[in-house]
This record gives sequence, C-alpha cells and structure tokens, in this order.
Amino acid sequence: MAHGPAKGVGRWLFATNHKDIGTMYLWFSFAMFILGGSFAMIIRAELFAPGMQLVKPEFFNQMTTMHGLVMVFGAIMPAFVGLANWMIPLQIGAPDMALPRMNNLSFWILPFGFALLASTLFMEGGAPNFGWTFYAPLSTTYAPDTVNFFIFGVHIIGASSIMGAINIIATVLNLRAPGMTMMKLPLFVWTWLITAFLLVAVMPVLAGAVTMMLMDINFGTSFFDAAGGGDPVLFQHIFWFFGHPEVYIIILPAFGVVSAIIPAFSRKPLFGYSSMVYATSAIAFLSFIVWAHHMFTTGMPIAGELYFMYATMLIAVPTGVKVFNWIATMFQGSMSFETPMLFAIAFVILFTFGGFTGLMLAVAPADIQYHDSYFVVGHFHYVMVAGAVFSMTAAVYYWLPKWCGKMYDETMGKVQFWVAFIGFNIAFIPQHFLGLAGMPRRYADYALQFTDWNMVSSIGAFMYGAAQLMFLYNVVRTIVAGEPTSVEKTWEGAEGLEWTLPTPAPFHTFSTPPTVK
Amino acid sequence: MVSRVKQLVVYTLSPLLLLFSVGQQAYAEDAHASGWSLLNMPQGVTGVSNDIYDLHMTVIWICVWISVVVYGVMFYSMFAHRKSKGYKAANFHESTTVELLWTILPVVILVWVAFPSTKSLIELYDTSEADIDIKVTGYQWKWQYEYLGEGVEFMSELTTSESSIYNEAPKTEYYLSEVNEPLVLPIGKKIRFLLTAKDVIHAWWVPDLGVKRDAVPGFINETWTKIDEPGVYRGFCAELCGKGHAFMPVVVHAVTEGEYQKWLADKKAAAAAEREMAKQTFTLEQLMVKGEAAYNRSCAACHMANGEGIPGAFPGLKGSAIALGPVDKHLDAVVNGVSGTAMQAFGGQLSEVDLAAIITYERNAWGNDVGDMVQPLDVLKFKQGQ
Amino acid sequence: MPINATQKITLKLVIAAVGMFVFAVFLMPPLYDVFCEITGIGGKTKGQYEGTVATVDAQRQVKIQFVATNNGAMPWEFAPVDYQVRVHPGEKTSVEFHARNPTSRDMVAQAIPNISPDNAAEFFHKTECFCFNQQPLKAGEETKMGLVFIVDPELPASVNTITLSYTLFDVTEATAAEVATIN
Repeated sequence: MAHGPAKGVGRWLFATNHKDIGTMYLWFSFAMFILGGSFAMIIRAELFAPGMQLVKPEFFNQMTTMHGLVMVFGAIMPAFVGLANWMIPLQIGAPDMALPRMNNLSFWILPFGFALLASTLFMEGGAPNFGWTFYAPLSTTYAPDTVNFFIFGVHIIGASSIMGAINIIATVLNLRAPGMTMMKLPLFVWTWLITAFLLVAVMPVLAGAVTMMLMDINFGTSFFDAAGGGDPVLFQHIFWFFGHPEVYIIILPAFGVVSAIIPAFSRKPLFGYSSMVYATSAIAFLSFIVWAHHMFTTGMPIAGELYFMYATMLIAVPTGVKVFNWIATMFQGSMSFETPMLFAIAFVILFTFGGFTGLMLAVAPADIQYHDSYFVVGHFHYVMVAGAVFSMTAAVYYWLPKWCGKMYDETMGKVQFWVAFIGFNIAFIPQHFLGLAGMPRRYADYALQFTDWNMVSSIGAFMYGAAQLMFLYNVVRTIVAGEPTSVEKTWEGAEGLEWTLPTPAPFHTFSTPPTVK
Repeated sequence: MVSRVKQLVVYTLSPLLLLFSVGQQAYAEDAHASGWSLLNMPQGVTGVSNDIYDLHMTVIWICVWISVVVYGVMFYSMFAHRKSKGYKAANFHESTTVELLWTILPVVILVWVAFPSTKSLIELYDTSEADIDIKVTGYQWKWQYEYLGEGVEFMSELTTSESSIYNEAPKTEYYLSEVNEPLVLPIGKKIRFLLTAKDVIHAWWVPDLGVKRDAVPGFINETWTKIDEPGVYRGFCAELCGKGHAFMPVVVHAVTEGEYQKWLADKKAAAAAEREMAKQTFTLEQLMVKGEAAYNRSCAACHMANGEGIPGAFPGLKGSAIALGPVDKHLDAVVNGVSGTAMQAFGGQLSEVDLAAIITYERNAWGNDVGDMVQPLDVLKFKQGQ
Repeated sequence: MPINATQKITLKLVIAAVGMFVFAVFLMPPLYDVFCEITGIGGKTKGQYEGTVATVDAQRQVKIQFVATNNGAMPWEFAPVDYQVRVHPGEKTSVEFHARNPTSRDMVAQAIPNISPDNAAEFFHKTECFCFNQQPLKAGEETKMGLVFIVDPELPASVNTITLSYTLFDVTEATAAEVATIN
C-alpha cells in the first residue's frame, strides 16, 4: 500500500500529508522570520545613532508595524503550527491530521494573506503605520487608505489560524493511538491542545475587531469614534481581549517543546507532569481575565486597575511552577549539552528574566513609568524571542535528524547558539535601561542621552540577525550534506512515540496504530 | 579612525562591565543621567514618583533574590550533574510537598507586593483638592496647555530644527527635548492635569514627575502632581500618534510660587502685546522672516521645510493652487482648516501675526512668487466675519 | 447522514468560532456601554435626566469646571461662558456655551460630553443639554448653547471638583449623507 509522495509541484500544492504541510509551514515561517527580521534590522540601523539617517519617520512607523505583524502572525504562529503538523501525529501515534484537506487550505491561504499585507509597502500611502496593536483612531480615521488591505490580510491569516487550531483539536481528541490516554500525552501535545482552544476563542475576536474597523472606515458606523458615541478605548479592550491570550498562544507550545528537550538531555523524566498540565491550563484561563493590564494609563477607574493588577500578578504562580519543574528535572539528572539543550536552557534563563520584568509591569503604579517605554519592548522580546524563537530553534535541532535522516553539525550548532545568545542579550538588555530612563517605544529618533545604549542594542541586534543566517545555513547544509543517520533514537534520553519510528520518518507513519502501554 | 575603533570596542564590552557597576556617580554633577549611567528609573521629584521608585526597587530586589535561588540551583546542577562527569541520573519525578511549597511561597510574596502597590495606586488616583487645574491637549504633533481660569493658553512645540534631525546641522544638548514654550508650574502646589486629544490618542509622560496618562480624543482623563524641587523636567509623548510621535516632547519648568506668579503676569501682558501687535503693518521682509520661523515650527512637520509635502499623505505647497490662488481661499484653509483632512484649523492655535506671516511666507517662498502679502489685520478681519 | 467524531468536533468548534466573532462584534460594544453606564468607566455621561432631586445639600459645595475642545479640523469658536461654577448638590444650575461658525459654509456639529473623575459620572444629571442634539450653524452665525444640570447629593464625599468636557466634532458630511439617504 505504501505509496510515496506525488511528483513535482503537485506534491506541495495538493499536499494533504501532515509532514509535507508541516514542512511547508516551517519554511514559510522561516521566510517570514527573515522578512520580519530585515524590518528589525532597518529599525535598529536607523536607531544606531540619533538623527534620521536611513528612513523617514513615516516609513519607520511602517517598519515597526510590519515587524510586529510579520513576526507574530507570519513567523512564530505558523512555525508552531508547522511543528504541530509534523510532531502531533507522530507523538500520539496517528496516521495523519484529522482534517488533511482543510490542513492544505489553512496553509495555502497564508501566503496570500501575507502577500496582501506586504503589497501595501509598495502602494501610495504605504504599509500599515499604526503599530501592530493598531489603536483607533490612528488606525481608522487617521489611517492610510491601504488599511483595507491590512484588514483583509488579517482576516485571511485569522481564518488560517482557526482552521489550523480546529484540525489540531480534532486530531488530538480523536486520533490518539490505543492506550494513549490524555494524561499520557507528551506535553507538547498538551500545550498545543490548550493553545488551539485559545486560538478558536480569540482569533474570531481579532476578526471582529478588524471588521468593526472596516465598518467604521467604510460604512459610517462609529464603534471606535467618539463623534458618533463610540469609544477609542473600547478598541483597546477588544484588542487586548484577543491580544493577551495571543501572547500565551505564542508561548505555550514553546513550553511544550522545552518540556520535551530538557528531560531528554537530563536523562531523567520530566518533573511534575500533571502540575505542568494544570499550570498550562491555569495560564490559559488567566489569560482571559487580565487583558486590561496593557491599559493601565488609559484612565481606568481605580477598582479596575486594582483588579487587573491582582489578576495579572497571579499569573506568576503557574508560570513559576513551570520554571521550577524544569529546574527540578535538570536537578540530579545526567546532563549533556548538545545544541537543542543549550537553546532549551537559554530559554529557561531568558524566559524567566522576561517573567521577572513581566511581574514588574504587573505592578500598576510602577507601570505608569514603564508603560509604552523601551522597557516594555525589552520585556516582550525576552518572552517572544528568547521564549518562542529560542524554543523553536531548539525544536528544529532536536527533531531535524528524525525529519530528514541527516545529522546537523554539532560544532556549528553550538557556534550559532552562542552568537544568538550573546547577540540577543546585547540587543535587549540595554532596551530595559533605555525604557527606565525615559525613552518611549516606537520612536524613530531620540534625545542624545539615549545614544550609547541604542548603539549597543543595534550592535546586538545585528549579531542576533547574523545568527539567524547561520541557522539557515546549518539547516540547509544538514539537509544537503549532513551525515546520514538511521538511528531510531537520535538522543539517548529522548522519550516518546516519534523515536520508535525509523529515521528518517517515512512518508506514511502509524498506518497501523501503535499500542501504548 | 583608531578612536572610532576603540569606541566600538568599549561599546561592545560595556554591557558586561556595566552590569557589575551599578552606579550613577560618573555623571553626578549632571541632574539628568545620560549615556552609560542611564540604567535605572529616575527617583523623580514628587511624592508619587518616589513611591513608584521604591516599589520598583522592591520588586527588583525580590526578583534578584528569587533569581539567585532559581538560577543558583540550575547552574549548580549544570555544573555538578553532568554526564561527562559520570553523574548517574536520579529517577524522581514528583514531590507533592515541594510542589505545594513553590506554589504557596510565590502567592505569599505577591500578597506582600500587593499592599504597597495598592497604597501607591490610591494615592496616584487622588486628584481632589487641587490648587491649579491645567488642561493638556495632545495634537499631531504638539501639546497645548491651558491654565483654567487664568485665560493663559499656548502651544508647546519642538524647536529642534529639521536640518538638525536630518544631520545637516549639529545636534545641541537638548536635541528633541526642547520646546518653544515649556509648561511652567509652581513647586509645592497640587496641580491637576486634565488630558484630552484633538485627533488620535497621545500620552503625556514626564518620568521625573511620575506622571503618564493617555490623552484620548472625545474623552477627558485626569491625574495630578506636586513637585518638590525647582528644575527643568523633560518627557515625551508615549502613545504612537503618527509620524511625529518622536517629535513632540514635554518640557516642564518647575519654579517657586513667586516666579510662577510673575511668569503668569508676564504671559498675560505678552498676550495683550501680541493683540496690540496685530494692529501694526509689517513689510514683506519682516513677514517673510517671521513666517519662515513660524512655518518651520507649525507647518513643516507635514508640508516639509521645502514646501514639497509628502506625496500620498500631505500635499505640497510649492506651486500649489492654494498658495498661488486667491488670498481668501488661502486664509480659509489656514484659519479654518480643511474638513475631512489632517489640515487643522490654525485660527485658534496661532496669533494673527504668526498666521499673517505664515501665509505670506507660503505665497512667496520656494519659488512661489505671488508677491502679495497678508497683514495681521487682514487675518483679524477674516476671523471676525470676512 | 451519520457524522463521525471528527466531523462532530469540527462542527462544534466552527460554531464556537462563529459565536466568538458574534460576541466580539455584536455583544462586546453594547455590553461595554452598559458596563460603562453602571460603573462610570470612561466618564461617559448619561442621557437626559428625568428624575427629580428633592433635597439640596446647602452644607456642601462642589466645583464644576467646563472645558471645550475642538476635534480634528473643526474650526468653530467654542468655549464655556464661565469656566467654573460652584454649586450645592441637588441644586438645578444652568450654564451656557458660546459657539460661532467662522467659516463661509453652513456646518453641523455634535458635542460629545465626558466627565472626570469617572466616579462622578453617574451623579451628574443633565436635564437639558445642547449635546442631546446636533447643532447646525450657518456661515458666520453664532449662538449660546444651554446646559441645565443637577449634581446628585449622593455624590461621593471624596469628589469636590467635577470637570465636564465637551469635544466638538464636525458632522456636516455625515449629516448630509444621512439627509441624502432619507430623501
């Protein structure tokens, strides 16, 4: 029965195989990562010194907006969907995803969504320039005409995410191998299941927000326009009702990846499996009731401020549990430090640091000073980049041998790790200093006292950018000229169904479900 | 060249060096930290800003102690429990006691932080019993201050020149944080700010005062301050508001009560003199000189200093129908704005002299050569019903 | 047609997603409005006050301040006649705003009220207000616009100053479009 993949471009266009679709997601997200990264390079190059050197302020605003949109919706989210496509069937012993044709559709509309978004860069009026949070009325009454393309693009991207999420939920709930009970699921599957529920709940809210914008702009409604009895602050409430769960959508799968890698290289089972599951659920639940901590300076009544401050501080508890669990897993393990482990450990260190600054930001009176400053930029890059991107990199190094049957070059992996780790910290630690000292975010130019740290930050950013090119090189080199490997279990301490399969993983796997004891 | 390389080396290494030397002594004589010594939040000069600073430091120290423990255990295991040393892995994977402990302990710490936070927040929200009320209005891209009941109101705009921003002229000490007219406030008085905006959302932030509050169009927000020490305090707009977001700083001059009263009296006298000046007639040269300065301050952000505007966003004035057409249309556009566009009504924002000078300048600069001029009196007449 | 487990869960999730969209567009804005009205969040004032306040609290005085802002390119002259009045809670007070259309075209404006502090919003009752209706002014025309209000004696003791802000929006075009549709 074992027929292989179709030949030629049809294999990809009409792909229904979870591995092929996963591969396309991964490559697409990496392309977006490079695109969003080049926007970041433009931003950091402009901010290298005071004064406007490379771009005009209006273009700078387009860069910050597009950087945010492309990285969040184009790079990180599709990367984890790709990973889910590849790994969830392998980890639960399923032959494929539950809805393979929808899987094809949800991938293939993505490039169109981003083409629409990116095409605005070449139109009169330019790309979206109102920040990735697109607050009204800057994004409605005062937006460039291209905003309609942005809205349509977001709709497409949102639809893709929702379809991806539905597919993942259906797969995990219905296609588990016999004996694979919920409490035996690998944590990556668990965190993705919870993430998928978050996606189904909040991506429609984002769609709703942009729909309301569309109506305000084109059909004379006034959801967000005070002139007609609307309220610009309502936009922020709706956006962050989506936006805060979105933050966890990005980070939860990363938790899952790290929870697979740390035990593997510690040669010791994950500490506190069930508390990990409960902590993830608790974080997901809390994400729905803390949104207005992004709005402490909007002039909410004090009761609202106090409530959102207390609720936000609570998130530190389940997040802390996770970090403690990872460290307890390492404790008294028998550790080795291959590239995936290095990235996973860096994840724990840096994500924890981002968690600390998150706790600081939760304290409402202090947030009066932090809000919308570079401190916030530093904070969320510690959780987004050192969180999501580092864990994604770890995942690629960890599973790449299984995917393509070739071994990556360990030395080059380590070199990339150190360049990325050092570059990242040089780029983002100074941003905390800048913010505390009073530099607001999204500034195209700055007062002279901010010069030194901006220069350092830019140097770090270039270094981190270079590390990504090294990553690309490492991956391509592995695929093209890596040392072939057919060891089923690449990593001595790795656990899970995927490691019972041949290497490289054949086109069809688990056509007969395995039995899990 | 060598010094440049040296500088780069210092820049690259300095984060490491600085992490271990948390000190602001290097710039002790400078009231405002700059360069490498910019590491922490300013303590500020108000009760609220000091409270915030204390809270900030408390949370930082809590984080430092937690990280010493957490990272300590982690680095210890990474060092001691490695395979290369032949360490054999243990096999434990849960412990109810430990897990309960590290759930409850953070809760206790959080409750401990919540108390002072709540106290500060209540203080921060207490706008009652203010001595002075000031309305702050955010514009694209400047601030307007109105001293309620005093009849004093003015625009506060960036004075840094475009050539300095585009590196054609040197940058001065207060590059991008200097304005034509600072907000003048007396020390020791409770000042209540009422914030709103004319177009998009802005946020008024002065770190040294511990004040940041959004200015939302159609809505009014309030916050307050009471400054302890005289001085100049600089801040910025903290909510993305378009292309001029980085170019609308806040400058506050905190002075003694006596100086404040004198400033207020001078301000009123100056306003009267301005009205008087509107009756004078100026020569073309005088208007062109005044016009260039006023244009660069109030119009160049959109129409650009060279009058060419930004294609697709803001129309150019060089050779435009308005600037070359009838004076009435030109006056109407500048004084009353153009509805449905970003062109504001400047009639209420600028003095008659400035308006007359700007219009004259626009009609006779960058190769526009209408040759006519507009006198302040013409503007006044236009404003009072054509 | 029998449906299998995958189709069942897919259907449920699609319904959930559509439900969340409906929730965001059709329920969140009105819910927010109701929430604001109950709690005073955002300082939105209520519509016309129909009730009566029997007692006047002569012991207490509250400062009422008025501020006026023109939105966007709105060129009208618009300002309160008196920037501040002192009132006893329960007392009916009437004030005026001055407006003038200095342009050469007929225009229509809408004033949007807002109150600070937020917790005063539900205790500030307007029995008459120019903000209840749109205000048309012909070219060059000027007018005095009235506001009659009562501060509820239940006003929290911590509030001693209330600021009422009006933002004036140019709705000439929107009104013209509306008239065009009606005709």
